[in-house]
Amino acid sequence: MVSELINANPTVYEKKERRVRITPADVDEYAVELIDQLEIFDILSDYCIDIKDPEHPYSLEELKVITEDAIELDAKRNYVRVTFTPTVEHCSMATVIGLCLRVKLMRSLPSRFKVSPLSCVNKQLNDKERVAAALENPNLVDMVDECLGPSYE
Amino acid sequence: MADSIYWIKHVESYVDSSGSSSQQVASLDAIAALLKNDMLKIEQLVRDMEMYLTTTDSIIRSRVAFATIFENAGSSIESAFASIVYSSEWKALHLVGAIEASWSITTTIVEGLLKDGEDGGILLLAELLQRLASKPLNDAVIRSLIGFFTERLADWKALRGALVGCLALMKRKSNVGMVTINEARAVAQSYIVNLQVQSLGQHDRKLCYELLECLFDRYPDVVAALDDNIVHGICEAIDGEKDPQCLMITFRIVELLARIFPDPSGPLASFAEELFEILGSYFPIHFTHPKGDEVEVKRDELSRALMLAFASTPLFEPFAIPLLLEKLSSTLPSTKVESLRYLSYCSVLYGAERMAQHAETLWASLKDALFNSLESISSLELEPVDDMGFQGNQIATEALLLLQKVVQQNEGSFLSLIVGDEEINLTINSITTFKNYGHIPMPNKKKLHAVGRILSVSARASIASCNRVFEIFFVRLMDTLRLSGSCGDIQLEDGYKFSGRLDYGALYLCIELLTACRCLVLGSEGRTSTTVSAHETWSCMLQSFCRSLTEAFSFTLVTTADEESQNAYVHSGVRGLQIMATFPGSFLPVPKLIFESILMRLMSIITLNFDNGLLWKLSLKALVEIASFVDTRHDSDKATCFKGLVVERIVLLLSSNDSTMPLSLKLKAISEIGPTGLNFMLSIVQGLEKAVFDRLSDALVHGNIESAESAVQLLECLSNKLLPCNTSWHGLRFDKIGGYEEFPFHFAVDIWDHIAKNTDFNIGLLDNELLDATMTAVKLAVAKCSEESQSIIIQKALNVLFSSATFPSEESISGVNPSKLEASQHNHGLNSFPYRDKWIVSLFASVIIALRPQTRIPNVKVIVHILLTTLLSGHVPAAQALGSMVNKLPLKSNGMETSDVCSLEAALDIIFSSSVWTPDDSGLRRFCGTSDGSEIGSSGLRLSFLSSSLLQVHAIVGLAWMGKGLLMRGHEKVKDITMTIFSCLLSNSDSAALSLKQHPIKDSDEEDVLPLMKSAADAFHILMSDSEACLNRRFHAVIRPLYKQRFFSTMMPVLISSVVKSNSSITRSMLYRAFAHIISDTPHSAILSEAKKLIPLLVDSLSMLSEDISNSEVIYSVLLVLSAILTDNTGQEAVVENAYIIITRLLGLISYPHMMLVRETAIQCLVAMSALPHTRIYPMRSQVLRAISNALDDPKRAVRQEAVRCRQAWLRIQDLYSWQQLHLGVFNIEKA
Repeated sequence: MVSELINANPTVYEKKERRVRITPADVDEYAVELIDQLEIFDILSDYCIDIKDPEHPYSLEELKVITEDAIELDAKRNYVRVTFTPTVEHCSMATVIGLCLRVKLMRSLPSRFKVSPLSCVNKQLNDKERVAAALENPNLVDMVDECLGPSYE
Repeated sequence: MADSIYWIKHVESYVDSSGSSSQQVASLDAIAALLKNDMLKIEQLVRDMEMYLTTTDSIIRSRVAFATIFENAGSSIESAFASIVYSSEWKALHLVGAIEASWSITTTIVEGLLKDGEDGGILLLAELLQRLASKPLNDAVIRSLIGFFTERLADWKALRGALVGCLALMKRKSNVGMVTINEARAVAQSYIVNLQVQSLGQHDRKLCYELLECLFDRYPDVVAALDDNIVHGICEAIDGEKDPQCLMITFRIVELLARIFPDPSGPLASFAEELFEILGSYFPIHFTHPKGDEVEVKRDELSRALMLAFASTPLFEPFAIPLLLEKLSSTLPSTKVESLRYLSYCSVLYGAERMAQHAETLWASLKDALFNSLESISSLELEPVDDMGFQGNQIATEALLLLQKVVQQNEGSFLSLIVGDEEINLTINSITTFKNYGHIPMPNKKKLHAVGRILSVSARASIASCNRVFEIFFVRLMDTLRLSGSCGDIQLEDGYKFSGRLDYGALYLCIELLTACRCLVLGSEGRTSTTVSAHETWSCMLQSFCRSLTEAFSFTLVTTADEESQNAYVHSGVRGLQIMATFPGSFLPVPKLIFESILMRLMSIITLNFDNGLLWKLSLKALVEIASFVDTRHDSDKATCFKGLVVERIVLLLSSNDSTMPLSLKLKAISEIGPTGLNFMLSIVQGLEKAVFDRLSDALVHGNIESAESAVQLLECLSNKLLPCNTSWHGLRFDKIGGYEEFPFHFAVDIWDHIAKNTDFNIGLLDNELLDATMTAVKLAVAKCSEESQSIIIQKALNVLFSSATFPSEESISGVNPSKLEASQHNHGLNSFPYRDKWIVSLFASVIIALRPQTRIPNVKVIVHILLTTLLSGHVPAAQALGSMVNKLPLKSNGMETSDVCSLEAALDIIFSSSVWTPDDSGLRRFCGTSDGSEIGSSGLRLSFLSSSLLQVHAIVGLAWMGKGLLMRGHEKVKDITMTIFSCLLSNSDSAALSLKQHPIKDSDEEDVLPLMKSAADAFHILMSDSEACLNRRFHAVIRPLYKQRFFSTMMPVLISSVVKSNSSITRSMLYRAFAHIISDTPHSAILSEAKKLIPLLVDSLSMLSEDISNSEVIYSVLLVLSAILTDNTGQEAVVENAYIIITRLLGLISYPHMMLVRETAIQCLVAMSALPHTRIYPMRSQVLRAISNALDDPKRAVRQEAVRCRQAWLRIQDLYSWQQLHLGVFNIEKA
């Protein structure tokens, strides 16, 4: 991986208090609960394990690379778009982070969804062929898997 | 004398160089044991071992020879040794053996031979000495050995052995021969001269430190005599140590060192700085190694050891305090906490005098820490200080502890610092600028909080400090609040009014001070040394302001629109009132008038301000606090006052029908105040009982629905809150205290009186809920009663029962024949029961359910008949009552044959000979499929006399409850009942035959027997599950341990063989249903041991059950059993074997549409499956992933989340050979 850190001293934020989901007392067995922003955020952040910043042992949530507000979602039109903010501008890790987010979403959302995460600086992630090509590169795949972290250890 | 063959075996095994080290140790121990017990004499050992000793193989020799040292040798073997020594080329080890065995061998010979000695041998000798720690050795032996080891300390090659040897010898107790002072000194000197501790390996260092520690512990005089040398030596030895285990010992050594040289001008004083420099570098303890290593020493332990070392001598003070203060300003919270903790501990031990010079800097750092660490006061943070234990405020907690300690230690100077502190004064002055809570800016709130805490802690430190704080601050606060002091009970002038809002800051600080002095008084009561007199300055001040303060607090409770300020004011107001009311009377005699006015104010909130949730809740809490305070202090004046003003008014509220205040709130108030004191409880339950009966008669007689609803609420409050809470009272058995034990009894009796009195019931449709609530209350009340009381209650109940026309009296029962019985059932189904009779029989059943086993039941025969007939009409409580009866009736009665007490056997005879069912031995044998069917089937019962299937179903339920009663006490008759139920379960295949035989006219097809089969299957649920309603510990059930396991293991073979034999799908599904009921209530340990057999059945039952929507609950409980097997290690093997069928079944359940929990659990099970060996599950991987990707689109969020986890888990099962395909596969799925 990189020999020199691009942002050696990132600001670490405390995890923001989560919006608490209010569950109704008597649940209708057949009612449909639509996928919402918080759920996507949950997928991307804390359950399973936090997606890790490739450079630091902090999770992306702690670095505020992703926030709940930065998730655009249209559950009916099967559209989701995540805007993330790298810790420094022109962070070369943005590609990897974007890739991680994308792979994580693809693995976690129903197949009907179109996933398009978008960094402020790097647009090539939206290119489906490029993602596929990236995932054929074994080094990149290792890196992505490392970022996604082992789920049950 | 031991047989030589025996111990030679051990020697052989020891010298066998291919043996494992543990084996060798075992052999060594065995020989040592023989020697210790004098089973083996040293002469014999030496003689018989000659072969080993003289062998040319040096390894064997070295291993063997040390074995000869065990015994202090008798002179008889000297020659033997001498000859051996001279005749062979012994190495060091053997000679050591020789030294030990025979001291007549001259040391010169020994020395000479030792020169080419083997170092390993010394270690072995040393280790052997460790083992012989309790074996007496004579002084000469010890002297030579210690001399030998002491010298060896200089020889780095033999160092390990020498250290172990010295340690082993030094640790010896005096009664088995110990090292003398002179020898110890020699060891110490040799240690100082020869050892370069830091150049050694970790283990050797640890041994060095242990030796030092031992020296310090056991020979302090020796160490004291060594003076500077030893201190210097220690500095050198511990400088730069990094290993946690070694550090633990070094810290302890420093502590001991300080104990040996307490003299401020002694050797330690000159080295104090140097020593502390070494110690100080370890603070704060921080492990650089990752946590993954197995760290044997915990950080906390190490930190504590270092703290003890820091505090070991006041000589460290000039160095330690500056260091700690410096570290206190660190940005790391953990370092801050550590520094504060060390400071607290050290400052006490260094003493007031030494600490005085640091007071100023200490105060500055403390203030800084407090002002920065405390959160701002929010409206909810006015809880007592004890609740502040949460982690975020650890710094503040530690800082306050430290503050308290230093104030206690050095009242004068430290208080002057606080009192004169600019920031504190500034904060107090600034509070007047912000009128309202909402106007105070955040930083000021923070400061206010810190100042409040500081003042509170300083006031609480001692009486003198409390006086000082009050003198300076209290008057200022009173001025700010514009309160005037008054002496005695002078009324406030009428014109005096609070205009606008009170100053919140002043109010807050004022309450902090009040809390502090209340704590001080209450704390001092326990100690006799310091008694707080009522004439202290602060108490006089408080007394004079008592009245106006109370007025002010009451005033703050006036509601306003601004919610945030409102909450803050309400909190402080209620808290203030509570503190005023709970000052110990002997100390601060709050006038009765004020106490009353506080209670009235709070009560008016309870009765009028119930729409303000927070205020109401807080006021109730305050009342509860006051009540328990009054009760624990036995203040009769206040108790009377409280009873009159609070308790009686609440009771009055309850009985009045005024509907302004919601009943639920009234009940909440009484259920919280009731348990605070026996006296209060009595009035409350009496009031409640009266209210219950008023509503009950209104509901029952006049059919008033509203009354019925409120009666239900009242009864629920009684059963849930008041009846359960009275089992213990301030640690006493409550039901032994006079007065209250009567209450449940009276309640039960009164209920029956009530029913007897009202002969005309007009309750409408809503009565079921009311009946249930009444039954629960009756059950609980009866269960609380003693046996004598229960006898009276049951007699009373029987009288009422017999007086009712519907139930057969004693005389008429004998002549009832089956057809008549059945006919009567048809005429009087439960719904056609008159309401009153339904009530009577239900309540009667409740009484029976709650009886103690020792209570005698009269007229068992009649009762059984009544209950039997009632249960046939579908009355479940009657069935439960029968179950409880057979559970508790005494076995065969010997002495009481003559009396009317009925034994279990007699009762069972009545039940089984009842005309409801008849003994049957034809049908069962065929269907149970047992070859020796005669045994099982012989006493089975047949329900075929009952023509209606509904009646049969009711009969099954009755049987199930009776079966449960018998099963729990472990009675064998349960087998008959189970087999009867089982035959009904199989009645499908039997139906044709039966109908031909018994009812040729009736066309009995499958549809007809289905409900019967189903209820038979569900009967197993009744048998196995725990019931809240009856047959539990609360209702005194007789419970034999492990009855569930036993039933499980008897039923499983029968069920399994029936499943195999059955050829009808309906029968099989019913069998699976029964199976599911049994396993889901069996303890998991029993299931796990049978996992191999059960899994295939379990999986089959899952697929069978999922065909019917109504089974979803059953499926869920079976899935839970499966997940228990999956997650347990003992079940693993069985799971691996059946992995394929389990996964296939689980995949089916992922899309089970009728219950979210089933889908969720199925996916969780799949996650657990992903941990199985990959070779087993890999073939299913793509199948699982496909199914899971569908679950990602589940309508329920919880399922989707599990699906994400599951998918991740299964994706990780990598195909090592084609990882690329794996990742491409993801895309294929995505595209699909």
